[in-house]
Amino acid sequence: MKDHAQLSEVFNKDEQRVDWHDETLWFVRQKRDKASHQIPDWEELREAASQIKHNVLSNLSNYLEQFEQQAINNGIRVHWAADAKEHNHIVHSILKRHGISQMVKSKSMLTEECHLNHYLEEQGINVVDSDLGELIVQLAKEPPSHIVLPCIHKKKEEIGDIFHEFLGSAKGEADPQVLTETARIHLRNTFLSRRAALTGVNFAVAETGEFVVCTNEGNADMGAHLSDVHIASMGIEKLIPKRKDLGVFLRLLTRSATGQPITTYSSHFKRPRPGQEMHIVLVDNGRSIQLGREDFRNSLKCIRCGACMNTCPVYRRSGGHSYHTAVAGPIGSILAPNLDMKQYADLPFASTLCGSCSNVCPVKIDIHEQLYKWRQVIIKEGYGDKKKAAAMQAMAYTLSSPKIYRIAGKAGRWVMKHTPFAVGNPLNPWYKQRDMPDAPKESFGEWYRKNRE
Amino acid sequence: MNSRDKILADVRRNQPPLVAAPDMAVWEEKAAAKGALLETFATVAGNVGSRVVLVDSIAELKAHLVIAPGARVLTSIPGLLDLAKDAALFANNAPHEMENVELAILQAEFGVAENSALWVTEKQMGTRVLPFICQHLALVVKSTDIVPDMHAAYLRTQGTDHGFAAFIAGPSKTADIEQSLVLGAHGPRSLVIFVLVS
Repeated sequence: MKDHAQLSEVFNKDEQRVDWHDETLWFVRQKRDKASHQIPDWEELREAASQIKHNVLSNLSNYLEQFEQQAINNGIRVHWAADAKEHNHIVHSILKRHGISQMVKSKSMLTEECHLNHYLEEQGINVVDSDLGELIVQLAKEPPSHIVLPCIHKKKEEIGDIFHEFLGSAKGEADPQVLTETARIHLRNTFLSRRAALTGVNFAVAETGEFVVCTNEGNADMGAHLSDVHIASMGIEKLIPKRKDLGVFLRLLTRSATGQPITTYSSHFKRPRPGQEMHIVLVDNGRSIQLGREDFRNSLKCIRCGACMNTCPVYRRSGGHSYHTAVAGPIGSILAPNLDMKQYADLPFASTLCGSCSNVCPVKIDIHEQLYKWRQVIIKEGYGDKKKAAAMQAMAYTLSSPKIYRIAGKAGRWVMKHTPFAVGNPLNPWYKQRDMPDAPKESFGEWYRKNRE
Repeated sequence: MNSRDKILADVRRNQPPLVAAPDMAVWEEKAAAKGALLETFATVAGNVGSRVVLVDSIAELKAHLVIAPGARVLTSIPGLLDLAKDAALFANNAPHEMENVELAILQAEFGVAENSALWVTEKQMGTRVLPFICQHLALVVKSTDIVPDMHAAYLRTQGTDHGFAAFIAGPSKTADIEQSLVLGAHGPRSLVIFVLVS
């Protein structure tokens, strides 16, 4: 399996694309800044959101029970899934009971985490993703590369080719307006012919048993309101105590995500419409374990806005697929090791620890501090990079003795001056995308002795 | 142990000691102090792709609507029934029958100045899918029903009970292809907001 650095190399081969990706996401980050600066008490709002989420995590068991009771009273069927497998089984069994073999889905990162599409396809169920970006990556047989902008890694010409092949658009057509219209027509037929729809959940209110789904396209509503069976999948951390708390979160979510003041649609589902069945699947899948890790439990406050990705200098230049997990970027890098420390041991190292992620996080997760803490856990547990560990040991040895340090410095300068090819070659990872500097004539220590002593 | 009990037991064992939730009253007080609601609302609405039209009456509203002959128009506002030959009030029609609706004109309970969102409930939608499936949407709101922000909005909805309700801000949109904004993703291609000024 390739790690983050190796997968980034694949992405970095196309320098122009990397620049475009970098600039586009930075543009989204700037839109976020502009939107947040229009709220004079933005920082207090972040603090309020953070405190509400602290309260949620500290009382989650009671909120879950309260939510379940209220939802049942509202006529919603509530299911509990300990892990991804159970979640997928539950969804499949609901569809099976209704004899449904085709389902339309709106965006749900949880179902990506559970690999639901793959599982359902194995059971002979056809799933169509209805968010435009998600449809594009589904047709391209790729996972989304960003939680808010699923196909930000693709150029419009590539999307045009995909639509030409699968949706019959004209060859060479790459105008976003025309391509969106093509998808609109195609998906309208899908919405009208599917009896089951699955949506994600942005927020679930313990007080009332309702849940809120936010989209700009209206695809969650098209699917849900035209279906006989609506299934909503949610992680257990999506709960908030009171309806009023939505005021805080809906003000923060989209301003942080895209710089919009709110999504076009913030839909509040409380009861199924007459004749419809509504299901909620509450999924743990490692969240209760993360809740018990004191250093990392704050990661469960995440509201999936993607601001940490848009601002991250590493994410912007390595692309979402380099993180090889459903949720990429800084937040994904502190969530994934909880699920599988060995498989995702590389991710907390895919960061400069600059802290920009923590600065933009609307619920004030200490993301960069958790990245640093995960590194320590991963090394202690023995999942660290062996080459890096050896290099660190050599470094520690060199730095432990002034004499060895001086000899090493001299040797380094000699090598860089007389045999630059020894460091200026692809075997030296520091040489990639960099030129080696000219070797200084002397070290600072030597200069100091000459000039000051 | 079933999954429900196991999850609850695991959560209970691992959750940290209780931390109190912050008081929302301070945000509601701040909201109450905000002014220039209609101006803010109209500016933000324009920014997100809505068209705002100020009207004195429902009769004046009609003059602003251009309806192609034969276009299906649905409304929940009785005063608009003479708009077009096909204009009709609706009850709980089957959602799939709404597929060919060209224009839906619905009453919104209130609007939110900071983001131009309008609160539309199931009662006003008639059929839940209508404000999403129509090609064009018009929402009507009274100028006195514009609240400053989302804190005030939820204060206003307190004690109400709807099977389904939504904040709607602008036409359906996407920027998934190279961040190019396109209006009319799956839902309405346009949103007109008629503000009844009294």
